[in-house]
Amino acid sequence: MSATMASTMPKHDGNRPLAQNITDPHAHAAAKRVVVGYGFWIFLISDIIMFAAFFATYAVLTDATAGGPRGRDLFELHTVAIETACLLTSSLFCGLAGIGAQYGNRRLFHCAMVATFVLGATFLGLEIHEFTGLIEAGAGPDRSAFLSAFFALIGCHGLHVTAGLLWLLTMMAQVVAKGFRDDVLRRILCFGLFWHTLDIIWVALFSLVYLVGISQ
Amino acid sequence: MNLHGMSADASPHDDVAPGDEHDAGGIRKAVTGYLIGFALATLLSVMSFYIARSTLVWAPSIPIALSVLAIAQMGVHLVFFLHITSGPDNVNNVLALAFGLLIVMLLVFGSLWIMTHLNHSMLPMDEIINRQR
Repeated sequence: MSATMASTMPKHDGNRPLAQNITDPHAHAAAKRVVVGYGFWIFLISDIIMFAAFFATYAVLTDATAGGPRGRDLFELHTVAIETACLLTSSLFCGLAGIGAQYGNRRLFHCAMVATFVLGATFLGLEIHEFTGLIEAGAGPDRSAFLSAFFALIGCHGLHVTAGLLWLLTMMAQVVAKGFRDDVLRRILCFGLFWHTLDIIWVALFSLVYLVGISQ
Repeated sequence: MNLHGMSADASPHDDVAPGDEHDAGGIRKAVTGYLIGFALATLLSVMSFYIARSTLVWAPSIPIALSVLAIAQMGVHLVFFLHITSGPDNVNNVLALAFGLLIVMLLVFGSLWIMTHLNHSMLPMDEIINRQR
């Protein structure tokens, strides 16, 4: 028994830790692209946690309408459907822009970035149109706790999209001015992560704010 | 094919940045991945919009059905757009996401749980005003 154990177990002299990286002189630090991407991933997750706080506030206050209109009286589903289509398609083009950058294809990168910008700007325009319509109808953020929470939650996402659009134009300008340098490519990676995350947050918003709101 | 921005001497056991694919397998395969994700996400979105207005699903369970579809669509986005996988090169990214999800769940369900209990045990507003007189 002990003889077979000894032959199958890996040899270990007891003075060195089993984990390789601790003593391995050839273990190397992660590539800068991995470190930057991971750091930005941590930021995005904390951003998601902030959205969760706004979302929890909204969920708690959905019935606090102070005698005012409820979600099903206010939400227009066809606007939300067009907004969803815009953001989802822009996410696809953002991914294509990322592929264009990775393979050094300038034409694919710029065309896809322009498409992403147009679709993102359309989304933002529809959201501003929706907000001004609500405020003109007397259902502004000062009407009830429900509407305050609604404007805070959706408005926060809209601000993120605005920042994303500015970032998008910056990246296009940097590619024109500096080309696909390593640092520019890292920024494009982070921008892609940001834009896809905004789309993921929008999935939660259109499903659980608008669609649940209209079906209740 | 040599990818821009990815270190050439990366060994197969290295971590991969979130959003990057370890083995992209050429431009055509990468684009196909995005198109599959886009088709699945569109399908799930259309189902959500359809279910919200139809009588296909028993009315009181519509919020549950919409939540399930939303979580499925977020999963599609994570896998096909952000390339978060269960592979060993993605452990760091998955663990950070898992921790984030834990905090999100605590925040949302904790708030709802506590606030419904508070609402339940609070006096009606007119009764509070009566007692303060």
